[in-house]
Amino acid sequence: MLAFLIKRFANAAFVMLAVALLAFTIFRFFGDPVEMMVNEQATQEDRAELRERLGLNDGFVTQYTRFVTNAVQGDFGISYRNQQDVMVLIGERFPATFELVLVATILSLVIGIPLGVITAVHRESRMANALQLGSIVGVSLPSFVVGIMLILAFSVSLGWLPAFGRGETVDIGWWSTGLLTSSGRAALVLPALSLSTFQITLVMRLVRAEMLETLRTDYVKFARARGVPAGRVHWVHALRNCLMPVITLTGMQIGNLIAFALVTETVFQWPGMGLLFIQAVTFVDIPVMAAYLMLVSFIFVALNTIVDVTYAWVDPRLRDDTAKAGGANG
Amino acid sequence: MTIRTLLLASAALAGLSGAATAENVLKWGANRDIGSLDPYSYGDSFTINVLNHVYEGLVRYNEDLQIEPALAESWEILDDQVTWRFKLRDGVTFHNGNAFTAEDVVASLERVSHETSPLKGNLPAYVSSEMVDDRTVDITLNGTYPLLLNDLTNIHIFDKDWMVENGAELPTDIGSGVEGYATYNANGTGPFIVESRQPDAKTVFVVNPDWWDEPQHNLDRIELTPVTSAATRVAALLSGEINFTNDAPVQDLPRLEAAPNVEVLEGVDLRTVMIGFPFRDTLVSGEPNPFKDKAVREALYKAIDLDLIHQRVMRGKSRIAGATVAPPIPGYAEELDTLPGYDPDASKALLQEAGVPEGFSFEFNCLSDGLVNEEQFCQAIASMWSRIGLAPQLDVAPRAVQTPKRTNGKTDVYTLGWATLPMLDAYSPLLQIFHSKEGNSGVFNWGGWSYPELDALIQEAGQELDVETRLGLETQALQIVKDEMLMIPLHQQPMAWAVTDDVTDMPLFPDNKPRLWFAQVGGES
Repeated sequence: MLAFLIKRFANAAFVMLAVALLAFTIFRFFGDPVEMMVNEQATQEDRAELRERLGLNDGFVTQYTRFVTNAVQGDFGISYRNQQDVMVLIGERFPATFELVLVATILSLVIGIPLGVITAVHRESRMANALQLGSIVGVSLPSFVVGIMLILAFSVSLGWLPAFGRGETVDIGWWSTGLLTSSGRAALVLPALSLSTFQITLVMRLVRAEMLETLRTDYVKFARARGVPAGRVHWVHALRNCLMPVITLTGMQIGNLIAFALVTETVFQWPGMGLLFIQAVTFVDIPVMAAYLMLVSFIFVALNTIVDVTYAWVDPRLRDDTAKAGGANG
Repeated sequence: MTIRTLLLASAALAGLSGAATAENVLKWGANRDIGSLDPYSYGDSFTINVLNHVYEGLVRYNEDLQIEPALAESWEILDDQVTWRFKLRDGVTFHNGNAFTAEDVVASLERVSHETSPLKGNLPAYVSSEMVDDRTVDITLNGTYPLLLNDLTNIHIFDKDWMVENGAELPTDIGSGVEGYATYNANGTGPFIVESRQPDAKTVFVVNPDWWDEPQHNLDRIELTPVTSAATRVAALLSGEINFTNDAPVQDLPRLEAAPNVEVLEGVDLRTVMIGFPFRDTLVSGEPNPFKDKAVREALYKAIDLDLIHQRVMRGKSRIAGATVAPPIPGYAEELDTLPGYDPDASKALLQEAGVPEGFSFEFNCLSDGLVNEEQFCQAIASMWSRIGLAPQLDVAPRAVQTPKRTNGKTDVYTLGWATLPMLDAYSPLLQIFHSKEGNSGVFNWGGWSYPELDALIQEAGQELDVETRLGLETQALQIVKDEMLMIPLHQQPMAWAVTDDVTDMPLFPDNKPRLWFAQVGGES
């Protein structure tokens, strides 16, 4: 097990280094931050001097090494545009993104699972077909379109919910939450819905497929034969056996949601990390872009590592040493 | 820590004021956020514009964009012709209660002209400043220079004691990796006080009851919220979540105009959109450069159907321009504002005359995030040029990507919009664009031309203190620019703001800068 853990963590570290390298390769194509930082009247010498002070004239390897050395110590530098410490900047935005992703995940489970069960149980009914069709729409609509349509319906036409922003927030220590105020909760509804649309349909389709599989198994037939009420068979006995892959998928998708929240955040002006990143791209704010990419890849890598380690812990066959032995036997 | 306490306080305040609806609140939905609360640490005119509500300069623009006294009451040029003496206003206090004195002016000028300041170019002629007495400051320049007042409209005055106490005497130097106090805190003399700021979410300004000037506005509060997505901004305006935006998207104007509760304020920006030509020996492709022949430049000019661009691409909202500066800019003259006439046959004849009848290929560099509908008008122009047998290679990308290509001569033909800000004088494009590239001059002379007689005129204008003579010289210089077709003007681009009906007065400024100390909101008070 120890060897497995070491190997897994070494893998994770390697992926992070590779991401940093890729990020630095890409930044060279983003353009010149200095052109965005000085005003129109700055002379060519001023620009050159600023570039020098920011270390942009150094070679690629020097810049990369400096970045990795600082990043390991948790120092990502100062944002060009906001002149704030990048970690503080991201730390301020993290709660907003996290709450959005959390609520979107809960929504996707609360809505997706029952819909999946219904479409599996009433396979041929008109409603199930309608839901199936709807789910195709949900999968294929880009989330900014969903967002704008929600704004049009609920903010402009009905005037029920705010079109943008996070409402009033309350600070608990360094964490700012919008869940404790009514305006904060109202502001969360549309972005969370828009972010979870894809997720809802994904969960629904997964549950449906698993349910169809499970409903054919013997124990479900036996339960029916014993006269267990249909509702209990479907919602308790069968559903429970379908949830394992749903939980795995949800866990893995959290990373995706955090990464793709940036579209939703831009549409709804949600002051999270994604919005910060989009603006950093516009202004070629390299420290912020680098830190954001590192953080998001860290979340991905961490989630994957946790899932792998948990699997190995739960299922001894997946451990490296035994897996090899098993392979040899097989 | 301070910000956090402020946020808590503002949350509490917002809770309290929820009941009292008598407040006049301007909810401003901008298309982007300000960079920070420090106007000197990032060369960004929007940030300076917004922070002008908090900080003020020695002089300012009035409602007709004429310069008038602000923190300085009067000024004179001393006998040496290079020292300007400013008499400061009495009885002005900063938001923290400190009195405004001459040492504040000196400290602020030193801050903005410090070598790490990205804004030091805003005071090109500045050498030093000196406190004569508590109410008098001398500013020394590097020569006779007529436009100091124009420059000073954008130089905000900080409180020296406040800067010293908080170690903010210098602008934030990003290279050194240390944050600055002024990034999070502001202390000016202006009509509004920063109450709280959450980057990318909301910055709240409250009225300064102790402002030295008689307020023309009736606002109690300004809530600046960036709403970057244009569709969301329009929705927020329609639903009344914001009551003012300084960027109403051109494509949504008909819809906003149709809404019963929204008023669109349209105008023509001062920004003149131009196309520039390369004057180097070769094109990017390595081929010899035909643009050095004036006949070729004229051929390209005559091939552009300015009317069609005005009607179709700009939806009739732009103003077709013949001069490289807009009419309200000092130095503009009507005789400069003539059009060449759309004539593709003449263009072909001119190409023939220049010895390139079969046309040639060149790069055409445009921005995807630059001027109004830039991508579209670039495509239109490229196809007009194709029609006379040329082969323009359209290259469209964001500003951050294109600017290095432009400054390093890695492109041939390019677009440029120039509003003469912050100077509001024809001297600005003459010095920055049309002068030969040397030292402080010709920073935007991307084509690399050099006309000694033009340079001489510009330098003369830059030292002429008599206004009429100076403007005459500037007009003469612009005439050379026009005759030589260094850059060809297309149009002044449209600008549109929008307000909901509870905003009763919102003066629209052609420099596209909101000045909310002139705004009125129809509250209950």
